[in-house]
Amino acid sequence: MTISTLVLIELWKRKSQLITGLLAITLGIAVIVAIQSVSIVSEQNVARNLDNLGANILVLPQAASIDDYYTSDIDAPTLPMDYVERILTSTIAGVDNMSPKLTRRVKVGNQSVVLTGILPKSEIASKPLWQSSGLLGAQLKTACAPSSSANESHGLEDKKLQRKAIDTLFSEDCLAGSQVAQRLKLSANSKVNIMGKEFNVVKILSETGTVDDDRIFANLKDVQTLLKLENQVSAIEIMGCCNAISQGLLGQLRNILPDTRVTTIGQIVSTQIETNQLMKKITLVMLIIIFFVGGISIGNYIWANVNERKREIGILRMMGAERSTIYKMFLLKALILGVAGGILGFILGTLAGVILGPYLAGIIVKPVYMYLLWSILLSVAISLAGSLFPTYLAAKFDPHSNLQED
Amino acid sequence: MILQGENILKQYHHNGGLINALDHVSFSVRKGDFVTVTGPSGSGKSTLLLSMFGLIRLSSGTITFDGKRIDNISDRHLTDVRKKSVGYILQSFALIPYLTTIQNVMIPLALEKISGKEQLKRAGEILDYVGLSDRMEHLPRELSAGQQQRVAIARSIVHRPQIIMADEPTGNLDPTLSLEILDFLRKINQENKITIMMVTHSPVASEYGTMKLHLNEGKLINS
Repeated sequence: MTISTLVLIELWKRKSQLITGLLAITLGIAVIVAIQSVSIVSEQNVARNLDNLGANILVLPQAASIDDYYTSDIDAPTLPMDYVERILTSTIAGVDNMSPKLTRRVKVGNQSVVLTGILPKSEIASKPLWQSSGLLGAQLKTACAPSSSANESHGLEDKKLQRKAIDTLFSEDCLAGSQVAQRLKLSANSKVNIMGKEFNVVKILSETGTVDDDRIFANLKDVQTLLKLENQVSAIEIMGCCNAISQGLLGQLRNILPDTRVTTIGQIVSTQIETNQLMKKITLVMLIIIFFVGGISIGNYIWANVNERKREIGILRMMGAERSTIYKMFLLKALILGVAGGILGFILGTLAGVILGPYLAGIIVKPVYMYLLWSILLSVAISLAGSLFPTYLAAKFDPHSNLQED
Repeated sequence: MILQGENILKQYHHNGGLINALDHVSFSVRKGDFVTVTGPSGSGKSTLLLSMFGLIRLSSGTITFDGKRIDNISDRHLTDVRKKSVGYILQSFALIPYLTTIQNVMIPLALEKISGKEQLKRAGEILDYVGLSDRMEHLPRELSAGQQQRVAIARSIVHRPQIIMADEPTGNLDPTLSLEILDFLRKINQENKITIMMVTHSPVASEYGTMKLHLNEGKLINS
């Protein structure tokens, strides 16, 4: 038998007390795990949705109007194409994807259409410097935590993204939005003459319900030449990682791009940021409450246990148990309670998240196994902190006075 | 001499004054003695017993155990002396209620960090010696008073101490059981050459002593 065995036997023989002692800390940890499990999935969902929306940051010349986020590039003043390279060669993290474009209203026959020049991925890929920047996805996984799945949208599964990051768009080829195709009676493989230059319509894009439906997309260089705006773009669309935006991505972009307006889909991003911050604040408040309530609860349990076992402490001290042995007895007990509370709290909290997540937040919550480690560490810290003072008093007990308590 | 006390003074504060629980007590105990300490209630018997190894700290005086002064050593060293050289038997048996008989007996060995196998062997032998080999897995509440005290005796000798300090070991037992326990203590004293210092109210028990100390109002009357 060892002192550890003694602790385990005592815990086992007084199960009802053990359950009472565990209850507060288990429930506390469970609440934190449940909130965190739901909020992390919620954050990932919003991040994924935002990514699926396409670009969420727009870099415009200073003089451009941003009354309407989606049309602000049309007929806007221009900014140098070099700015694209500046972003790519910078050390700024969180730029997932980027699309420089030049947009102008032009006449096709007697119809007014919006012509947008875009840079296809094949041209980006031809520049080694740009390749290494991560624009093509090489660094996306690391750039955009927390949602690995959010980055999967960059695999061009999303229809809107297909337009914003076209794989290949050769010179003299173009893509037509569904509405403009209808108006100009265009079809795949038909021809369209824009400002005296003939373009092949390689594809009619599916309807998206956005201003893109009324645009014709052509190679940026073709459009720049056609409009006599070489090396100029009217806007740079950026897909920024939500977390990076909340951590100051816009400010970093402004620093390297003077005389520009760096704006974002403000409402969506700020809502996401506010939600994230709110969840963090709630978790922090809960953490403080749990720390005090759990610590006091465990401390109270250990103090009651110390009082109940005063005589036992006296007997052990009489037989030669050192003060350190008494510390070991009660702190080991607190450690066991902490580990058990952490594990049970993780299980309960995860179950609550998995079961209640779909009802309360409309999301499917999966266990976050990393929280098991945090739950145990937090629970043990609370348990030990709560037990320190009662244990200190137990070790200081005068053995003689406790022996006389018959 | 295994235990010597010189000019032992223990004072308590009471109602603004000082009371001498032990008033300049001096005595010497030889190895193998069976010492009985008698006296009326409040005469300082238990105080004397418990102060020998630091469970009560003295106001002044010196205590020498096995040739070394122990009244002025640290709490940690005194604890070590108690762990290795002293066995205690109390009137209330002082067993740990949630441990079985054999687990209670193993505690002193566990405190000395003796291996589990050796603990089981030695505790088993001692329980056999005190006639409780068939009660090893019983909890204290499942044992009679006499059996509980025999467990306490087994626990007090399992780590082979030099001296046993017994405070009214028969105080909770009927006369028949008392004699049984006293005979047993004498047997331990004689067979194992373990010195015993026993506090008792009982004149019968005091007759077991090879050396008798009588206290009255904290003073040693005769020895």
